[in-house]
Amino acid sequence: MSDRIFGVVGLLLAIGFAFAALAIEESFLSDAVGPKAFPLIIAVVLGLSSISIALKPDASPTWPSLGRFVEIVAAVVVMVLYAELLPVIGFVFATAFAATYLTWRLGSGVIASVITGIGTSVGIYAVFHLVLGLSLARGPLGF
Amino acid sequence: MDTLMSLADGFAIALTWQNLMLALLGCFLGTIMGALPGLGPSNGVAILIPLAFTLGLGATPSLILLTSVYYGAMYGGRISSILLNIPGDEPAMMTCLDGHPMAKKGMAGQALSLSGIASFVGAFFATWGLIFLAPQLVKIALLFGPAEYFALFALAFMTLGGVSSTNQAKSAFAAALGLGLAMIGVDTQTGVPRFTFGEVHLYDGLDFLVAIVGLFALSEVFIFLEHRHGDADGDTAKIRVGRLTPPMSMLKETTPTMVRSTFLGFLAGVLPGAGASLGSFISYSFEKRLVDKDGKTFGKGDPRGVAAPEAGNNAAAGGALVPMLALGVPGSGTTAVLLAVLLSLNITPGPLLFSQNPDVVWGLIAALFIANIMLLAMNIPMIGLFTRVLMVPPKILMPIVAMVSFVGIYGISGSSFDLLVMIGFGVMGWVLRKLDVPLVPIILGTLLGNSMENNLRRAISIDNGNWWTLVDSPLSIALWSIAIIGFILPLIIGRKVKAQMHAPRDEEGAISD
Repeated sequence: MSDRIFGVVGLLLAIGFAFAALAIEESFLSDAVGPKAFPLIIAVVLGLSSISIALKPDASPTWPSLGRFVEIVAAVVVMVLYAELLPVIGFVFATAFAATYLTWRLGSGVIASVITGIGTSVGIYAVFHLVLGLSLARGPLGF
Repeated sequence: MDTLMSLADGFAIALTWQNLMLALLGCFLGTIMGALPGLGPSNGVAILIPLAFTLGLGATPSLILLTSVYYGAMYGGRISSILLNIPGDEPAMMTCLDGHPMAKKGMAGQALSLSGIASFVGAFFATWGLIFLAPQLVKIALLFGPAEYFALFALAFMTLGGVSSTNQAKSAFAAALGLGLAMIGVDTQTGVPRFTFGEVHLYDGLDFLVAIVGLFALSEVFIFLEHRHGDADGDTAKIRVGRLTPPMSMLKETTPTMVRSTFLGFLAGVLPGAGASLGSFISYSFEKRLVDKDGKTFGKGDPRGVAAPEAGNNAAAGGALVPMLALGVPGSGTTAVLLAVLLSLNITPGPLLFSQNPDVVWGLIAALFIANIMLLAMNIPMIGLFTRVLMVPPKILMPIVAMVSFVGIYGISGSSFDLLVMIGFGVMGWVLRKLDVPLVPIILGTLLGNSMENNLRRAISIDNGNWWTLVDSPLSIALWSIAIIGFILPLIIGRKVKAQMHAPRDEEGAISD
């Protein structure tokens, strides 16, 4: 069943891709092929393979339970927040929070997670910034 | 003689303190990454690329660092296979079959050192193979025009699916998806924006490093989160490593095995679409069929069953570099990642690489020899250290992997937008892995998409818009025929081979049918 849904989504993607390709504005100065042809070929391959997947599906994978699924969504949210907050609060704080969260969700106790999180953050800061001289995001406190 | 002279020049480049230190660091990190379940050669190299850039390393030093990691991971994978019966990375899967039984018999130390020696033999001779085969391939490739290149890229995509997926449709889907992603950005020939939807960040196109790190490294973090697989897999403290040197008789017994497996592994590596996993699989099954016809000793701790896959996968790692360097078309996941390094450094691999940047090619090859010797020296006495690394639980390791990925990508561009794109690729990678869609064609598509399109357009423009020019020369007809055979053949036999490769432990007997 998963593959049938996947195939249909893939087909919609291919159709969308083809429309977006047709909407490309041609420049008045163009080569013999133009900017649309290759994307259209890709859309055809994408569409044909999607149809084939939908018609001949493999056995469904074992999807995670709802709880596990929420877990992944939560991790994505944390990572997005991390990406957005990184330039605002600086590398060390942001990374400590994100690493603590991930360690905690992978099964450490709360205190152990905080220690691991801070350790990871400070460790990466020391190795990459202080030793190797990489520029990391600066927060209001300068790190 | 020319070759040997170039090689000598290569050693002159590789033997600087900086390059030696990078090779040493790469070998060490690579062995650890190979040994840790969850980090393999491709994602290990992937998270290190951005760092190599932000550190401002030049082309040759970056490549030396990253290929040392690649070779190192091939060595390291065997450690957890033998001690824990869990492959540290995919190519080490076959080493479990005889390596772990040997460890159970109290011969863990001998299995580790024997496999170390086998790895050395495989990698050493494969590097020689690379030296002699790559220039020959370059001679052929110099005859290629745009139409032939277009056919060659098509060949790479069509044959890739044969071993990287059980389902050809899914690998075709992955390739098209990757090519489609490569189309995003301003068209290089006419200057019109394509698929950018007005987002200024997309005008330059997607940075393939972002895609690679997201697909390979972050998706791994999601897989671990899904299973809440936070604790170390086994208790290495319980295993006694024992005597570290294999007896001479064992070495003598396994020498023919190593020679045969090196040859087979190298061949498997050179073939498009195959990689180290196929190399170790072929070597093991061939050896089993050859020396153990009745199935009495293999699978029960036969030293030859340890030597064969290890020589095979290391030889394949060397072999896989041949098409990547000579043609610019990688055949495996990790060489695709290495191609990304070259492209980001503005070096176009392919036949011209050997004439325009001989320092890069020969410096790299010399570094491979040096790395190989370092790895042998490192892997036998320091085995105790590496087994201790296996006890680092994923709940500590995986957050580090995630954070280092973020640091690397942020270091390149300094933009949060790229981080968001990377997270997007991480989620996509997780979903596609669940659906058994191979990720390597996606990477290859994003890497090669633009040059594939440019070759197509150039070929047709030269011939005034005649599309038949694509199949006009004998060379391109030959390439297209191989591509079509390579696509259709696995539909008939590939499914079976792949299924066996992935279930060696459940249906061990099925390999010999």
